[in-house]
Amino acid sequence: MNRFLLPLAGFALLLAVLLVGLARAPQKSILPSPLIGKPAPQFSLPNLFDNTAPVSSESLKGHWSLVNVWGTWCVECRAEHEALLQIKQEARVPIIGIDWKDQNEDALTWLEQLGNPYERVGTDRDGRVAIDWGVYGAPESFLISPAGTVVYKHIGAMTPQVWQREFLPRVAAGPGA
Amino acid sequence: MVVELGHYALILALMLAGAQAFFGLAGPALRRERWLAAVPSAACGQFVFVALAVAVLVHAFVTNDFSVHYVAENSNSALPLFYRVTAMWGAHEGSMLLWILVLTLWTMALVARSHTMPPAFAARALGVLGLISFFFLLFTLATSNPFVRLIPAVPDGNDLNPVLQDPAFAIHPPILYMGYVGFSVSFALACAAMLEGRRDQLWAHWMRPWTVMAWAFLACGIALGSWWAYYELGWGGFWFWDPVENASFMPWLIGTALIHSLAVTDKRGLFKSWTLLLAVTAFSLSLIGTFLVRSGVLVSVHSFAADPTRGIFILALLVVMIGGALCLYAWRAPLMKSAVGFDFISRESFLLFNNILLTIAAAVVFGGTLAPMIADTLGLGTLSVGPPYFNPSFLVPILPMLALVALGMHARWRRGGLGEARRPVLLALGAALILGLALSLGVYAHPLKLTPIGATIGFWIILSALIDPIDRLRRGLRLPASIAGMSIAHIGLGIFVLGITFVQSNTMERDIALKPGEAAQLGPYQFLYQGGEDIVGPNYEGFRGKVSITRNGDPVSVLYPEKRRYWVQGTVQTTAAIAPAFNRDLLAALGEDVGAGAWSLRLQYRPLIRFVWIGALIMAIGGVTAVVGRRRTYLAPDAAALPLGAALPGPGSLPIAPPAPRQERSR
Repeated sequence: MNRFLLPLAGFALLLAVLLVGLARAPQKSILPSPLIGKPAPQFSLPNLFDNTAPVSSESLKGHWSLVNVWGTWCVECRAEHEALLQIKQEARVPIIGIDWKDQNEDALTWLEQLGNPYERVGTDRDGRVAIDWGVYGAPESFLISPAGTVVYKHIGAMTPQVWQREFLPRVAAGPGA
Repeated sequence: MVVELGHYALILALMLAGAQAFFGLAGPALRRERWLAAVPSAACGQFVFVALAVAVLVHAFVTNDFSVHYVAENSNSALPLFYRVTAMWGAHEGSMLLWILVLTLWTMALVARSHTMPPAFAARALGVLGLISFFFLLFTLATSNPFVRLIPAVPDGNDLNPVLQDPAFAIHPPILYMGYVGFSVSFALACAAMLEGRRDQLWAHWMRPWTVMAWAFLACGIALGSWWAYYELGWGGFWFWDPVENASFMPWLIGTALIHSLAVTDKRGLFKSWTLLLAVTAFSLSLIGTFLVRSGVLVSVHSFAADPTRGIFILALLVVMIGGALCLYAWRAPLMKSAVGFDFISRESFLLFNNILLTIAAAVVFGGTLAPMIADTLGLGTLSVGPPYFNPSFLVPILPMLALVALGMHARWRRGGLGEARRPVLLALGAALILGLALSLGVYAHPLKLTPIGATIGFWIILSALIDPIDRLRRGLRLPASIAGMSIAHIGLGIFVLGITFVQSNTMERDIALKPGEAAQLGPYQFLYQGGEDIVGPNYEGFRGKVSITRNGDPVSVLYPEKRRYWVQGTVQTTAAIAPAFNRDLLAALGEDVGAGAWSLRLQYRPLIRFVWIGALIMAIGGVTAVVGRRRTYLAPDAAALPLGAALPGPGSLPIAPPAPRQERSR
């Protein structure tokens, strides 16, 4: 064999490694939440619309719900807003919003202008509740079963595709999922 | 509207890059002389439109146009104007644009110097650069477009990553890119030489200044990055063997080997195929580094949004560029025969050792960088490779390489031995031994076995590099820029070696919780914590501590370490305070508020750490000196008059093969 072909052979070998590494890369980027299969973390937050009735984890019990962590400062949250409004239209799973590190006036203006997909919104101004939920960037969405356990977590903007592919089948599979 | 103009400019640049590649490569191959004339025009046009696109993006940042997705993600109206400009390269999309801008700048430089080469050769090299640029523009437009709109716009942006809100970030990425994108010119010249099937070594002569300039920029860029990590990240270290750092360090090591190999090829006509391989490898490593950093296959502290589609695109690009160049190499390198030999102890053999050892060092870094991925691929579990692997393994090839530098500088070409330099080199070794032992055992007493060796080698390199300039000065001879540059660069290397040696062996570090009024001792230095105050900046709030340092009761310095919380992203960042001096740094960083007014503090004493960066800077200055002061006699005045594809005869004094016949016939 021609020794001048050796670098090419070495490069081919390297390519094979890089290709396998690339094929496995997406698996690494999905960080499974340690909360999955566990009861949803307890919380009680001030209600954005009504000072007298706090939003608490008790309200998640007895039906499927989608907990969505958002903020008016978050660019991706604006991108996912349309998808959330569609989910509200479907009326299968109510959405509970956690307004993360935000100002109430900003949040109210936002919902007035873009429409309100949420059944209730709790305001997590200092971010304590988000820490309990393991949130490290908005938006994040959690699917909570009627028994109050975390079934699925999605990081990043909600889209109709993600909703169809990851969330609805789990809801259809029932509380045992 | 302005933003769409930027987008459009980028598309036009793509077309022009395609034209540059086509005319540059097809023109000489099909012997259409008129096509050659289109190449520089296409290159200039491409540069203008890329620059326009960059200007538009900067404009969007400066005017807070949050209807642009990239601006909304990486800027904020509270961000100071200066950082709104530098935020342009704060994330993946913009830094790709910067990458391309730098590539077009190098292309323009080659256009400006193309009259020093035969027109067909220059056209081919520009064609290769056009091809690289074409793929990167396509990549940017297809997967990483910074001009994508966000509709409806957000009222305010997500802010620039606080780590990047630093003056060093304004210059670090551009300089670094000037370095490793600069190797694209060496790559293009090597490809042009192989495409032409040149049998002479003139291409090495043309390649030398470009390689040295790129190498000097890369040295500055790496040193700046290291310095930035040192004071901004507050970790106290200056090199972490992080994949992103390695991605810039590997091309630098191969670039260093290339510079030395080029010297042999240029002067003696040896190592031709090896030099070509190094030129291809240096830029290939830049490209592979880009892939590793941006595809998500490796996890790094440097935050680039990882995206597998981008990974596939870059992988395809690697196949075309590197695979293509290596095929060309397998086809053409066998033609490059070297006729002359050399003795075992000659300049050539020392440079050969230099090349082999530097290549092994780069391979060590490469292996360590890829090991976690390979282990993961083979299902061996998660592997973390850090300093415990890199530090000792890197020393194995590098220590002998450094030990040979002082001798190699003075070895004679071809003939054996050191000649008349023998006596001064040995004298320098004696002096270095005395200085090294005095410094390592006297001033910085420390049990590390390698310290005296490192110190001696460092001094020996410096003293040995001084022999030639002093000798010429004494005899009243002129000091040519090439020798001055080499001496300066080697002195820089020696200073660098001294810095690394002592900072590795004599650093002192302490993590301790202090209440106001309490003090901690670190060597001869006493650190007194005097409490602190809350602070508010333009886009952050935080706490600033006050630490005063005394040595044997004499005041040395007062440090104000900070801990900042940036409002928009909610990120907390530690800003270490450093008292720098010529021969040591004292550092204090705030850890956590441990209650009752007490803070945990990290205190450090690092001797000679400045030598590391100063050494790197001096190496770069040496490189620039050699290039700028280069003799102009090699310019063949009638280069432009030669017919297509003809090789120039070499400078008369060099023993080289006769000029190749017309290349088109030899194919």
